[in-house]
Amino acid sequence: MSALVPRPLVCRNCGSGQAAAPVAICEQCLGPLDAAYDPDRSLPSREVIEKRPASLWRYREWLPFDGDPRLSLDTGFTPLVEAPALAARLGVARAWIKNDAVSHPSLSFKDRVVATAINAADAFKLDTLGCASTGNLANAVAAQGARAGLPTWVFIPHDLEAAKIVGTSVYGAHLVRVRGTYDDVNRLCAQVADRFAWGIANVNLRSYYGEGSKTMAFEIAEQLGWRLPTAVVAPMAGGSLVTKLRKGFVEFLGAGLVSGSIPRLFGAQAAGCAPIARLVESGGETIAPEIPHTIARSIAIGNPADGVYAARAIRETGGWAAAVSDVDLVAGIRLLAETTGIFTETAGGVTVAAAVHLAATGHLTPDTEVVLCITGNGLKTVEVLTDELPQAPLIAPKLREVAALVEAAAAQELAEHGALSGVRP
Amino acid sequence: MSVTIHLPSVLARLADGNRVLEASGETLGAAVLDVATRFPSLGERLRDQEGNPYPFVNYYLNDEDARFHGGFGASVRDGDEVTVVPAIAGG
Repeated sequence: MSALVPRPLVCRNCGSGQAAAPVAICEQCLGPLDAAYDPDRSLPSREVIEKRPASLWRYREWLPFDGDPRLSLDTGFTPLVEAPALAARLGVARAWIKNDAVSHPSLSFKDRVVATAINAADAFKLDTLGCASTGNLANAVAAQGARAGLPTWVFIPHDLEAAKIVGTSVYGAHLVRVRGTYDDVNRLCAQVADRFAWGIANVNLRSYYGEGSKTMAFEIAEQLGWRLPTAVVAPMAGGSLVTKLRKGFVEFLGAGLVSGSIPRLFGAQAAGCAPIARLVESGGETIAPEIPHTIARSIAIGNPADGVYAARAIRETGGWAAAVSDVDLVAGIRLLAETTGIFTETAGGVTVAAAVHLAATGHLTPDTEVVLCITGNGLKTVEVLTDELPQAPLIAPKLREVAALVEAAAAQELAEHGALSGVRP
Repeated sequence: MSVTIHLPSVLARLADGNRVLEASGETLGAAVLDVATRFPSLGERLRDQEGNPYPFVNYYLNDEDARFHGGFGASVRDGDEVTVVPAIAGG
């Protein structure tokens, strides 16, 4: 093994170069710094990649390090599940779910970005890991920090779901609830990163953190049999995932691992916090920040750092964006569960509801092959379903009571569908 | 009106190392112009050639995003606190 060395950085805005460091802001223009790769580096073939362990590190030549990672080696390579019943509901040729609801170790897409961020923190010898989070990142930082033996400081809005709070505290994190929205927390963490010599995953380690998102694109391509879908629908919070999906697809096309066109990228937001979707619709170049009002807390970012870049990625790939109501996102959670057996959280409900909307408005068509990026687990946001699902009947332990229930279910199915299917007394 | 402007370390080096500056003006934009005049190289990072904020720099007036209060046109009062934060963070 050779020691992990983070790649140097280059400003996305002005092109200034900078040595590798826990810094995400260009000193010249305050623009975002990206990892700079060696264009002459040796890249692996499909066969070499396929023989590597099933984790995101099988794509390490496209991750922002030289040498060998030491931490979070098991993250990534989540299932890509074909969803024919959902495809039929959407009226598309084929549909798949990229299921990061079962990501290791903390059941969300954020495990990917923390896997790269924590290795950057390790390489820079930072002694504390932190983040500003709407919940999933909090879980990922706390979990991965705990198993690496790194103290963690996690800052969240005060009103997050109980499972997101418990799923952070249980790892022994210093969890801090901040009065305000995520955007208030984010601003505070920018100041925290400036004051303390910590690695804040999505602030001063952001250049390394964000690159982990690309692995979702790499996995989609490999798991489809080294080809690309024609469309991808992904949730948008800060906007980074959509931009990194595009970057990942472009990099695999450039490496000759896949051929064809970049998928059309579709972004999904909740109508109560949709600054990127509104930017896509307006065709503008400046984000108008919003104060979030939605139950989709995990993607409730009113001032998205990558919003402009996400809108560009969507427009330039021929995609579109959709903003869906809270009622529709809950319906989206149920539709995904009932058609695929996958239970997602509110952000996933937004993604499914957006796909339904995009299909209804002609953006997804009968020849579309679409992947829906499901980024989080439904067990983390059960509150939104509490009043939506039928209450289970309570019976005595008597067979006749079961028989009565089965008879009633059969009668209801007959009334609703005109025929009996799976329920027969 | 006298307000206090808090700078991130990446900008403090352009203000003789000061992370905190006092500034005068009736509006946020006027207060920023005041420090931009005193520290020209800092001013180049705080406002563009037309005197508008850059997309990569956010201004917070008493912990609230100044864009919700009119941006550089927001009125300021004695004792207000302005925090300058690079925009690229989070998500």
